[in-house]
Amino acid sequence: MTTRRGRTVTSPPWWVAVPATLALLFLALPLIALLVRAPWDRLWSVLTSPTSLDALRLSLVTATSATALAFVVGVPLAWVLARASFPGRRLARALVTVPLVLPPVVGGIALLLAFGRRGIVGQYLDSCCGITLPFTTPGVVVAEAFVAMPFLVITVEGALRGLDTRLEDAASTLGASRWTVFRRVTLPLILPSLVAGGVLTFARALGEFGATITFAGNLPGVTQTLPLAVYVGLEGDPSEAVALSLVLLAVSVIVLVALRDKWLRSGPAS
Amino acid sequence: MIGLDARVVVERDGFTLDADLTVDPGEIVAVLGPNGAGKSTLLRAISGLEAITAGTISCDGTVVDDPSRGIFVPASRRRIGMVFQEYRLFPHLTVLENVAFGPRSTGMARTEARPFAGEFVDRLGLTEFADRRVDSISGGQAQRVALARALASRPQVLLLDEPLAALDASTRLDVRAWLREHLRGPLFRGPTVLVTHDAVDGLALADRIVVLEDGRITQQGTALDVARRPATDYVARLLGLNLLRGGARDGAIALHDGGHLQVPDTAVVGDVFVAVRPSAIVVSTQRPEGSARNVWEGVVDGVEPIGDRVRVTVTGPPTVVAEVTRGAVSDLHVARGDSVWLSVKATELEVYPG
Repeated sequence: MTTRRGRTVTSPPWWVAVPATLALLFLALPLIALLVRAPWDRLWSVLTSPTSLDALRLSLVTATSATALAFVVGVPLAWVLARASFPGRRLARALVTVPLVLPPVVGGIALLLAFGRRGIVGQYLDSCCGITLPFTTPGVVVAEAFVAMPFLVITVEGALRGLDTRLEDAASTLGASRWTVFRRVTLPLILPSLVAGGVLTFARALGEFGATITFAGNLPGVTQTLPLAVYVGLEGDPSEAVALSLVLLAVSVIVLVALRDKWLRSGPAS
Repeated sequence: MIGLDARVVVERDGFTLDADLTVDPGEIVAVLGPNGAGKSTLLRAISGLEAITAGTISCDGTVVDDPSRGIFVPASRRRIGMVFQEYRLFPHLTVLENVAFGPRSTGMARTEARPFAGEFVDRLGLTEFADRRVDSISGGQAQRVALARALASRPQVLLLDEPLAALDASTRLDVRAWLREHLRGPLFRGPTVLVTHDAVDGLALADRIVVLEDGRITQQGTALDVARRPATDYVARLLGLNLLRGGARDGAIALHDGGHLQVPDTAVVGDVFVAVRPSAIVVSTQRPEGSARNVWEGVVDGVEPIGDRVRVTVTGPPTVVAEVTRGAVSDLHVARGDSVWLSVKATELEVYPG
């Protein structure tokens, strides 16, 4: 390999700018189109229509619930994966990442087979406690949590593994039990990652489509979340679909802004 | 046994720490040793951050670790306060909250813990920093907070792991002075173990010195004993003394590495150490005519200026380091490779059984 004298080897040659520009345009144009074609004049009336309001409210409730659920069980899972040693830990860690790469619609089918009325767990939920998840609002929460929780687990686990344990050692010499150390030292120290993971989880839950429509169906007011309303809207009133899409785009932008510092700074090892 | 009584064996990755340490209430013991000697491991074992492989550790008569009996009390229930080299203050808490952490963790109510911690904050001269975040205070202040925090957890035993090592030279003097004040003060009267690789810190702060090298205790005694009569090359080097070994008979010592020395005390017999201060050795270019009884010739191996003094290493036998004034060096014109005469009075030799 010969390199011409005086030329830096790390900067790309000029012609790479052509495909690079194409790629950037390809990513930006659809977003620009969305803004250009948005029904700005009647945006407010579209967004405040009963269907839209229902979808907005339902999305907010379910995404918040799914995020809360993810915190309640996902943070303990992250703690165990990061700090406990048990056989099958690598397998468990791999398992957490599956929903990230699994097509959501497959996730929905899998949820049906597990928690559906005839599912391997669902049949007992139905017969013993009368709990039915499919085609209910809690079902939406389950679908969203299934798809979104890995974001929280992986972010928090990465932060816990990267955390210097010396402060926790110091806390234990001061008489703090393991739970107290976790609550008063560990959690505050990984707060940026908790926030980042929570925001990512919320955003992913809010945008969830495939698993939700498969597992929970598309009942207005019950399981029809924003993305589902967008999909339905396209067949009836496209301008409503575009308006609702704008809402989802706005949420994405807010998430990006919120994570700009924290996400980059805390640097989870995902 | 009241106080700290530890027989510690820790085996890990081919390294073995095997050390016995007994410290009375109110006594300060300095564990002195080079990096990797096992000093920090010893403290971690006593504090409960690491389990011992064999032996037994008891605090105030309560056994806290004894693998043969299946006893292991975790760090959080040992009541052993620890001060770390890098302070390890909680960055998300204020100075006062850091100090209150121990009392709060052991069940004291918030309303009670604040004034309780405030007392320690005041006593250690940190009142004006009480509500500051710990990342906004200096290293010396941080080490005070670390001590206040450890003391506020009402420990039975206090452990200090290189408390001065991270401080710059002038802060070091300050912190050493107030450590000396507070380690014997009214805030703590239990046994204290101080780990350091700096002989001056150990001599300044401790009643007793324990020298730990390669996982084993190689010497222990009062600070004065160890300072005057080092038993290993490591301690001698640390103190800047020449340490020679030999066999004594009839007031003469045949040194193991060659050469002879005359001593005033004819009663000493057998294997002995001889400690010689470098400043007690006189360097001259001619054979000296004086009264010194020990005179030998050697070749200068190195000349190292330290302030207004110069350390001259002379290959013997015996090989020693002599310390002379700068003026003497320029008068003598000694340089590496020169032949010189060394002399030392018999009364300047510290001779003790080895």
